[in-house]
Amino acid sequence: MGKYIPATPEERQGMLEAIGLTSTEQLYDVVPASVRVQELHLPSGLSELEVSQKVSALAEANETFRSIFLGAGAYHHYIPAIVKSITSKEEFLTAYTPYQAEISQGVLQSIFEYQTQMCELTGMDVSNASVYDGATAAAEAVLMCQERKRKSVIVSGAADPQVITVIRTYCESRDVPVTVVPAEGCATDPAAIRALLTKETAAVYVQNPNYYGVIEDVAAITNAAHEAGAKMIVGVNPISLGILKTPGEYGADIAVGEGQPLGLPLSFGGPYLGFMTCKSAMMRKLPGRIVGQTTDHQGRRAFVLTLQAREQHIRREKASSNICSNEALCAMTASVYLAAMGPKGLRQVAESSLSHAHYLAAELGKRGFTLRSGDKPFFHEFLTDCPVDPVVLNAKLAEKGILGGLPVDGGILWCCTELNSKAEIDRLVSIVEEVCAQ
Amino acid sequence: MYVTPVDLKYTKSHEWVSEENGLTVIGLTDYAQSALGDIVFINLPEVGDEVTAGEPFSDTESVKAVSDVFSPVTGTVAEVNEDLLDNPALVNESPYEAWLIKVENVTETEDLLNAEEYEAVVAAEEG
Amino acid sequence: MKLLFERSCPGRGSDLLPPCDVPVTQLPADLCRESAPQLPEISEVDLSRHYTELAKQTHGVNDGFYPLGSCTMKYNPRIDEEMAALPGFTNLHPLQSLDTVQGALEVLHTAEQYLCEITGMHAMTFQPAAGAHGEYTGLLLIRKYHQSRGDAARTKILVPDSAHGTNPASATMAGFTVVHVPSNAQGGVDLDALREVAGPDTAGLMLTNPNTVGLFDPNILEITQIVHDAGGLCYYDGANLNAVMGHVRPGDMGFDCVHINLHKTFATPHGGGGPGSGPVGCKAFLADFLPAPRVVEKDGVYALETPAHTMGQVRSFYGNFLVVVKALTYILTLGKEGIPEASAGAVLNANYLMKKLADRYTMSYNTLCMHEFVMSLEPQSHAIGVTAMDIAKRLLDFGIHPPTMYFPLIVHEALMVEPTETESRETLDEAAEIFLKILDEAEKDPEGLHAAPHNTAIGRPDEVAAARNPILRYTAP
Repeated sequence: MGKYIPATPEERQGMLEAIGLTSTEQLYDVVPASVRVQELHLPSGLSELEVSQKVSALAEANETFRSIFLGAGAYHHYIPAIVKSITSKEEFLTAYTPYQAEISQGVLQSIFEYQTQMCELTGMDVSNASVYDGATAAAEAVLMCQERKRKSVIVSGAADPQVITVIRTYCESRDVPVTVVPAEGCATDPAAIRALLTKETAAVYVQNPNYYGVIEDVAAITNAAHEAGAKMIVGVNPISLGILKTPGEYGADIAVGEGQPLGLPLSFGGPYLGFMTCKSAMMRKLPGRIVGQTTDHQGRRAFVLTLQAREQHIRREKASSNICSNEALCAMTASVYLAAMGPKGLRQVAESSLSHAHYLAAELGKRGFTLRSGDKPFFHEFLTDCPVDPVVLNAKLAEKGILGGLPVDGGILWCCTELNSKAEIDRLVSIVEEVCAQ
Repeated sequence: MYVTPVDLKYTKSHEWVSEENGLTVIGLTDYAQSALGDIVFINLPEVGDEVTAGEPFSDTESVKAVSDVFSPVTGTVAEVNEDLLDNPALVNESPYEAWLIKVENVTETEDLLNAEEYEAVVAAEEG
Repeated sequence: MKLLFERSCPGRGSDLLPPCDVPVTQLPADLCRESAPQLPEISEVDLSRHYTELAKQTHGVNDGFYPLGSCTMKYNPRIDEEMAALPGFTNLHPLQSLDTVQGALEVLHTAEQYLCEITGMHAMTFQPAAGAHGEYTGLLLIRKYHQSRGDAARTKILVPDSAHGTNPASATMAGFTVVHVPSNAQGGVDLDALREVAGPDTAGLMLTNPNTVGLFDPNILEITQIVHDAGGLCYYDGANLNAVMGHVRPGDMGFDCVHINLHKTFATPHGGGGPGSGPVGCKAFLADFLPAPRVVEKDGVYALETPAHTMGQVRSFYGNFLVVVKALTYILTLGKEGIPEASAGAVLNANYLMKKLADRYTMSYNTLCMHEFVMSLEPQSHAIGVTAMDIAKRLLDFGIHPPTMYFPLIVHEALMVEPTETESRETLDEAAEIFLKILDEAEKDPEGLHAAPHNTAIGRPDEVAAARNPILRYTAP
């Protein structure tokens, strides 16, 4: 019985003979005897049926929730059936990076379409073919802005804490000073950023909507950054761009974000999708694969990986990024999602998420869950006080099949999407009321 | 086989050098552009940047390769040929017109080759 | 073929969502975008057909032989996909309370134990999302280690000249200077050259073994010893692990940390370029520097822990979790017998194919290879003007994905062939015939070969035009 190896013992023997050997052991004669493995301490292999049962049991050992009010960087949206159907096609699943354009037009064209959609969504000129996730996209964007005399970066403290941590990791090894501006009332104060900008500031990073769901005064921050000669990087939630002003409209130089809300399941954190778009002027600093349009010798439209001389396989130690594999299939997922939704569908998702969140905020507000962001505008997340212990509240909600918001600084960070119907929200609120009354 | 104007000076790393109104003009030779193939982009320094003799100040990109361009002098970049940013093919088409940079305040110059000496270098590399 | 945008017709689309069931919130106009994004408006049937057409113009492992060197394009088992699609995994929010995600944490913990056993390591992180990301993480471990000892002088990473481009690029990202180590005539590390460069400024060495020419470096123990004696650490680039799983372990060869490409060695699909997964394993003395969080187990309960001197995070959450599910499913299927068998099969297939080609194609090294081999078209290039590129492009006409071209850089006109263990003898025999037939064609009509491919959707694209005048998005006419 083979484990995905077609060769029978007889065939194997015949092939060994063909290369002048008698046993497979001889293939490893070159390995020093002192370090040859005698036996791996692993369980014996299992049949597909047994494996299926074993791994299914692991999946079932998790608790999943139908009703989810938790966001904070990973969002529960409806995924149209067509998305999964298309992205599970084996050609897309089992292809490598499209190095050979002549037999990879499908993948290449899909990336070109993805790039176009991301430019449309963010209002920027150029998109790459994806990076690992939103956090690494932000970190790569910071490194894109490095100039000889401008190194440091100012990061909004109202950004996702994990994004800030990843930016710090990437910057530490490149000796890029990072200053995090504390958030005031769940938002970034443009004056605080302005006060920190110097001739050495390479970039400012702000998330919009921020970690607390607040829609920042990004235009003011962008102006401040530009007046000081620094680049402006904005981290955006792609769904919010169904409604909100685009990074292109307020003049950002680079837009990045987590593409997971565009058709990718929560999946305990990955695979996700880092997207990066920028102004034309920064095109050659953009890391990662980029697909371009050209023609073949007969003049037919063709797509190829282009601007490759930026990349590690050519520029080696002088490359500005080491990225090779990216999240191509996740980018295709986002592209199919956006095509399935269309401009109206995307707006509907954004509008429902926004409206559900505001409905929930109002209902909770009546019950003592005060908004910590005051009257600042917010999108589909918001941080409230919590009259009871948030952990206790969440445990009670979990008993009723509801995944509550994230406990943050004694309060709760709530999130709503189009999936949280009015009935679901009303049920949440009534349970919250019960718990608070106890 | 390659054009090597006699009124220019050359480096072993295939740059040509000339003097013009007190400025040192640097470009890539015909042999260099031929060896590099179709140049798709040239990364150039900015006016005011310092260049150092024997150190790279620019690089040229072809589809599958990137190559450094070395400065034969130490000095300050006075002018940059911005036409090349939009049309790098100029270096392929007319290498001795498509200068890369002009340098001022030159404090040090490498030993340069005359056309005959440079042709010998090319002949040796061609094998 | 048409782009999505060229199939768009205003007003088309599908009703996927109900109307909003609460009062619609109106944001102030100055916060809103001025016009809707120009996304395609397309019916579901057109959308479905569009991608079916794109799929037909995409060559995956399931479409045919894919001997792309250093990429390990083995068959991707379908059970792995099915397991990763279980709702108990896909519907899991990464910030749920730990008591509700015990199964997921067990996946990570078990995969860590198995992969540590296979690599001879003691601890592992799954946060890196790809091989290059793993390299970066491993180098940060090395950086943190030297920093923790106050050894600020160790700023250099040694990289063989045969290395993948990601190695030097990762070293730069991690704040090191790269020192190239030349290869010897057998394609291995030149020991004298290594001794010369290894010293008090050496932070570490990055190495693949087998190396990028497909040969196992027989001096490996001496190599790692030289680096350790100089006070540096040894990083194992797991790109070529598929050759040696269950036969020799990086940890036993003297490596201190390692990344694994789950999307190569552990059969998870490449998805047209990703998602991959590049877990990093290390010896116990480096574990305190690993990214946060790490999964720990106590009395059958799984929890998360922040390593004492963590480097921070290199990505959000726990990395590409579903890819780990696929890899774990694969390991459970193969088990302790199947893992070494897979590697032996890969090595056997490579040697078998090499032997069939060796009479006519010039092999870079005339010795048994590991899981891949490199041949050089330099003789043909000089004699008849036929290049590695020409051979590669003609292979497309026969439904074979070409080998890796022009890599490693130390071999001129290189074609790097990696058949993997999941190809049958017939496939290898047929492929060998095609490779030989193309060489016949080359000798008879070298000009004809420059025009290949003939049967593909497009001919050779104009890459110069693409790079000189980049068109990177669709613009409506």
